[in-house]
Amino acid sequence: MTEAITREIFNHLVQLAALELSPDEAEYIRGELNKQLKAIHELEAIPLQDDTPPASHGVPYTPATSPAVRPDEWRPHPDPGGILAQAPETDEGYIVVPEIPHIEL
Amino acid sequence: MEISDLPAHVLVENIRLRQLKAIDVLEATLARIASVDGDPPSLRPLTSLPSHLQPANLERDQGLHAFITLTAERARQQAREIDRRLDAGEQVGPLAGVPFTVKDIFCVQGTLTTAGSRILANFVAPYTATPVQRMEAAGGVMLGKVNLDEFTYGSSNESSAFQPSPRNPWDVSRVPGGSSGGSATAVAAGEGALSLGTDTAGSVRQPAAFCGVVGMKPTYGRVSRYGLIAFSSSIDCPGPLARNVTDAALMLQVIAGADTRDATAANVPVPDYVTRLKRGVRGMRIGLSPDYFRITYFDASSGELRQEPIAPEIEQTVLRAAGRLAEMGADIVEDIPMPHTRYGIPVYFVISRVEAASNLHRYDGVKYGYRTPDAVADVADMYRKTRAQGFGPQPKLRILMGMYVSAAQYSEQYYNRALRVRTLIRRDFDQVFDPQGRYRLQALLTPTTPTTAFPMAAVYGDSVLMQYADQLTVPANHAGVPGLSLPAGFDPDGLPIGIQLLGPDFSEEALLRIGRAYEMATESDAWRRRRPPVL
Repeated sequence: MTEAITREIFNHLVQLAALELSPDEAEYIRGELNKQLKAIHELEAIPLQDDTPPASHGVPYTPATSPAVRPDEWRPHPDPGGILAQAPETDEGYIVVPEIPHIEL
Repeated sequence: MEISDLPAHVLVENIRLRQLKAIDVLEATLARIASVDGDPPSLRPLTSLPSHLQPANLERDQGLHAFITLTAERARQQAREIDRRLDAGEQVGPLAGVPFTVKDIFCVQGTLTTAGSRILANFVAPYTATPVQRMEAAGGVMLGKVNLDEFTYGSSNESSAFQPSPRNPWDVSRVPGGSSGGSATAVAAGEGALSLGTDTAGSVRQPAAFCGVVGMKPTYGRVSRYGLIAFSSSIDCPGPLARNVTDAALMLQVIAGADTRDATAANVPVPDYVTRLKRGVRGMRIGLSPDYFRITYFDASSGELRQEPIAPEIEQTVLRAAGRLAEMGADIVEDIPMPHTRYGIPVYFVISRVEAASNLHRYDGVKYGYRTPDAVADVADMYRKTRAQGFGPQPKLRILMGMYVSAAQYSEQYYNRALRVRTLIRRDFDQVFDPQGRYRLQALLTPTTPTTAFPMAAVYGDSVLMQYADQLTVPANHAGVPGLSLPAGFDPDGLPIGIQLLGPDFSEEALLRIGRAYEMATESDAWRRRRPPVL
């Protein structure tokens, strides 16, 4: 069986995923992905009726078992400084990031 | 029996009666941790090599390495507060003075919350997850955060960025299972009576089976996930690990129930799991399915599907357990068809990857966590370098696979098909649990795992083979139904064997009752008296 995830497709995925991989790592991960995809192909053998619906989760939620929606109320956080202190770089209450490139659309 | 080995319900009783002080229980447990856990772990070195190619960290210091972060002083404050309240004649909760650990995938305010990943290695949680908050409010004493597979992605704990990873207390050359491996190791070794884990494909039940403890995946929606770092949001479930069924029931009682901060936490009343435990199994219909006594897997070397029976000693253990339950009055119903069991892993390969990829996009080096120290050209370069260095191979694999199978041109073939096969897996359970149906089961009895604990480094690196370790546990995650793994004996190598009970939605009470009946039936068996050799 030929590899479904070719180098070209793989490199495109890596770019979309905002990753960059060393050559060793890329080769290992692409190999594993192709192995996993072969296992996934088992699903094609299952006869599915046209009316078999997708399941977004297993347990059904009824109006009785679904929690009531919370009122949409604004509340101040007790420690915004603590939240901000987690950011890798800040300046006077702002989060700092490297330059955002200007892209002509 | 030493204090650190006493079950949670015995500790609570003794602490309430003032026969034990919470602080003494804690100190005994901290002493046990100091004697068995070994040196604390450190972050894997940052290299360009994928971690499966890095030299395995297999040094034999005999430490169990369950913990990433021990919060002894925080625990001492909690234990002293319990003692103070009892001294003052004040009320204490149902977990008063019970030391417990938390899988490091739950936020606990003011503690490092790493997910076993470099990308969160410096993250201090600004709030506490609901199940942890409920355990602390019930008087539980949190010891610290225990190790796991990176972002829970694995079945052995070897993928954690924090090394050495946990070892199996029954044989330190073997894995504890995963992804709640630190939890199972800690509970088995007396490093806390209880642990809070999560189960997305078997991550509570499989390590519980490998380490000889009780583990429960409750019904999807039974326990709030507020404060749980998300992996696969349509299947993630928090659940208890404990040394016996009574303790698991006690813990579930505390953590279960609706939560206004989690829209998936179902508005379903929580029954009294503990007082009804001893009602027995007379008249209960418990099924055995041939589809759980074989595994189907894709052999990548030959490119073929292979089917094999599970290990004979595991099959015999399940059948013996069925015999014991029959002696106690249960009706054992054989030949229950669960024909879609074998598709659990391929479905999981698709659904969990798509959801993981979505959940992992938030880690970008901007708001919290790791940011690359390297010079970068612009923000996009910063994202790439941060994620390349911050994530190990498992998150990278899952992001890339999730993006591939959900891409517009492939999603009908893969993602939508997997969602529809999930419907078929759910129907298998609906049919056998239907009270008006042909089988009318209250539970299925199955093995938890196809094998006992495997050696360190034996499977790690083969992401397909590793995933198939969850073949007998993952169907319950797809269906959303509860599952309970119970220790049921040992294989010829002295490794624990787990059996699994699966039931309809919100049937935790019945599963725990069956589990307790099985414990009572086997109470005097010789294997019950074995202890991990590291103790």
